Amino acid sequence: MQDSREDPWQVYGATLSSRLLVGTAQYPSPKILADAIRASEAEIVTVSLRRESGGSGAGQSFWSLIRELGVRVLPNTAGCHTVKEAVTTAEMAREVFDTPWVKLEVISDDDTLAPDLIGLVEAARILARDGFQVFPYTTEDLGIAEKLVDAGCEILMPWGAPIGSGRGLNNPYGLRAMRARFPDVPLVVDAGIGTPSHAAAAMELGYDAVLLNTAIAKAGDPVVMARAFAQAVEAGRLARLADPMEPRDMAAPSTPVIGRAFTAA
Amino acid sequence: MLISVNGKPCEVRAETLAALLAELEYEDAVVATARNRDFVRRRDRAQTAITEGDEIEILVPKQGG
Repeated sequence: MQDSREDPWQVYGATLSSRLLVGTAQYPSPKILADAIRASEAEIVTVSLRRESGGSGAGQSFWSLIRELGVRVLPNTAGCHTVKEAVTTAEMAREVFDTPWVKLEVISDDDTLAPDLIGLVEAARILARDGFQVFPYTTEDLGIAEKLVDAGCEILMPWGAPIGSGRGLNNPYGLRAMRARFPDVPLVVDAGIGTPSHAAAAMELGYDAVLLNTAIAKAGDPVVMARAFAQAVEAGRLARLADPMEPRDMAAPSTPVIGRAFTAA
Repeated sequence: MLISVNGKPCEVRAETLAALLAELEYEDAVVATARNRDFVRRRDRAQTAITEGDEIEILVPKQGG
């Protein structure tokens, strides 16, 4: 039997076996955060830079906890509304987290947290030229995706639904079209996933991985939910590899018709 | 000298960014800095002068999605 764990994927030269990326925000406690990340089997977690709050040293102890987990960190530019803010935040994050990776978010609208696609392309160009390895938070717009790839992005991360909404895949058609257009670019559904079935659906569409935060952190039991997502992502990946059947309009009996009792021989 | 640190008014004696971090007891912490919205690298902090009205950001690692 094929095991999805022997089915790694790659981005920017890193080889990864887990296809689940998780955020580190909104957990009830640092211990639950650590336990949930372990249960998720994620190899990449997202982090941010913020002003110190909640007592001096909170940021330092968070950073120690993440380092102890031994995972790769993907710093974000969450909350940045301009190219300048996003680029400066990325530069600051590269120094603190000692990684060229950046999850690039340029936000256009506070109600939807939709990406500003024009600003995103501009910021991606600037950062890629400066040696960053950009993970752009984008939409399923194919024209923008082409520009991001031209700018040097070796991965695309379209949203499933607005950040934190838990609504799942709002536009499966658009996500499928993106998969078809970019067969060789790693694609990750980032944002909007609410339940493990949403994550499995993204994997069944052929996405290389999913990135989520709130769905685990805000579950009643984040550690159990992290396990559920790990299993769903693996199930969805295996389903993709196994080539699912096509849906049919009409019923077709699965039990053999021949040999049925109470019929004429 | 009156400057802004992380969006709050702050009366400081420090004349460089490195000295400001010491004055605000960030010396041993992992932080990233910006002056007037431009990134200031760690190695440039000692040479980065602070002047009246500057807007300084001192950011630390935090949870993120």
